[in-house]
Amino acid sequence: MFKKPQYIAILLTLALAGILLSLPAQRKTQLKRWFGTVFVVGFGASRSAEKAAEKARVAVTPRKVLGKQLADLQEQNQRLRLQLKQTEVIARENDRLRSALGWKKQTPWSVKLARVVGRDPSNWHRVIHIDLGTRNGVTENMPVMTNDGLVGRVSSVGVTRSQVVLIGDPNCQVGAMIEATGEAGVISPGQSTRLGPGIVALNYIAGDSELKPGDRVLTSGLGPVFPKGIPVGTVIHARTLDYGLTKDARVKLHANLNRLEHVWVLMN
Amino acid sequence: MSRINLILILMAALLCVYVQTAFQGVRNLINAQFDLLPALMAYVALSADLVAVSLLAVIGGILFDTLSANPLGVSILPLFFIGVFLQFRHDLILRDMTYAQFVVGCCVSASMPLMTLLGLWLLGERPLVGLVTLWQWLVMTLAGGMATPLFFRLFDRLDQALNYSTAPAFNESMARSNREIKRGRGY
Repeated sequence: MFKKPQYIAILLTLALAGILLSLPAQRKTQLKRWFGTVFVVGFGASRSAEKAAEKARVAVTPRKVLGKQLADLQEQNQRLRLQLKQTEVIARENDRLRSALGWKKQTPWSVKLARVVGRDPSNWHRVIHIDLGTRNGVTENMPVMTNDGLVGRVSSVGVTRSQVVLIGDPNCQVGAMIEATGEAGVISPGQSTRLGPGIVALNYIAGDSELKPGDRVLTSGLGPVFPKGIPVGTVIHARTLDYGLTKDARVKLHANLNRLEHVWVLMN
Repeated sequence: MSRINLILILMAALLCVYVQTAFQGVRNLINAQFDLLPALMAYVALSADLVAVSLLAVIGGILFDTLSANPLGVSILPLFFIGVFLQFRHDLILRDMTYAQFVVGCCVSASMPLMTLLGLWLLGERPLVGLVTLWQWLVMTLAGGMATPLFFRLFDRLDQALNYSTAPAFNESMARSNREIKRGRGY
């Protein structure tokens, strides 16, 4: 039926698949990094193409429009500088009060901007690729967010690229709390998550909690990955479970996970 | 299939995986991403031998898993099984008919995600599966079905363009007496 080279091909393929699947997770990650270098050219070329397109767009934009944009940005810059000064005053006051009460001092977030270069090619993982890697100081489990709210955590790091597992993926569970009451729960994928990426479930809330739609949800800081206070989303529906012992809620995420172009990686 | 064509197909596999990762237009529009590797495997299984099928399964599978959160190697076996199955049945498939290519493309694109998900569950992974998966499966099936005839056209043309095709050798049965020119005396 088959010739000798074909039997060899079948055996080699099956053996290779078996070996790869039985490797320890760490070795698999190393191999993935190594194989990932094949795509460096592609991602680099797409970045160059985007830069060229941006240059061309600026070149064809009339000077009048550019001048107006510049004036708007300068005004916005002045306003943000003023807000920053106010925030610095408030932060100093906060630090003084914390030290007076003997509370632990809060560390300011140090962030790096990353560009989203791709998404997982399959449909059953919620993962994005960003253009920062070990070369930029990124390590595994660093939180990732947008200006709107939490996005996920770094799950695997290469030299120039990293994978970020998004909220709603079973591999990204987030300790969260209700801002108004301070009650803690866990964000995980719910039934609604499987319909669309914008909604997740908040589980394990105490049964006597006064959880209601419209409540803001933040990270609780209870866990090794996410610091306290990153906005996550808003409760849109809550229900009681287990004969009143616990509650769970559907939370609409602040960050639009379908339209991620740039994200912030929290470096500390 | 010549070596040049095989190399081109492997490069196409690389490009397919890259496009599925970097191009988000379809996913943003309809919340489902297409998969072109099964369609490519359908072409290779119906046009080349088992060595080429194995090469595409190994290289395509590894490239796909590299950019995915799948465990490395989990996509090799589904691709390979599809290729081997089509190799077994290739004499029963009307390879040159567009509708047959479409149907084969749909079948392989439908079975690939099912086998991959089965593999993931057997490995103890937790893929995100729900009602929307049915919609994504339908999109993958149809996209794979539509891509298959395109791959057949593209690579058949490349094969013609890049390879020297030999004329069939002459044998006695080719000479037909009813087509013979009879010459009379005057000529």
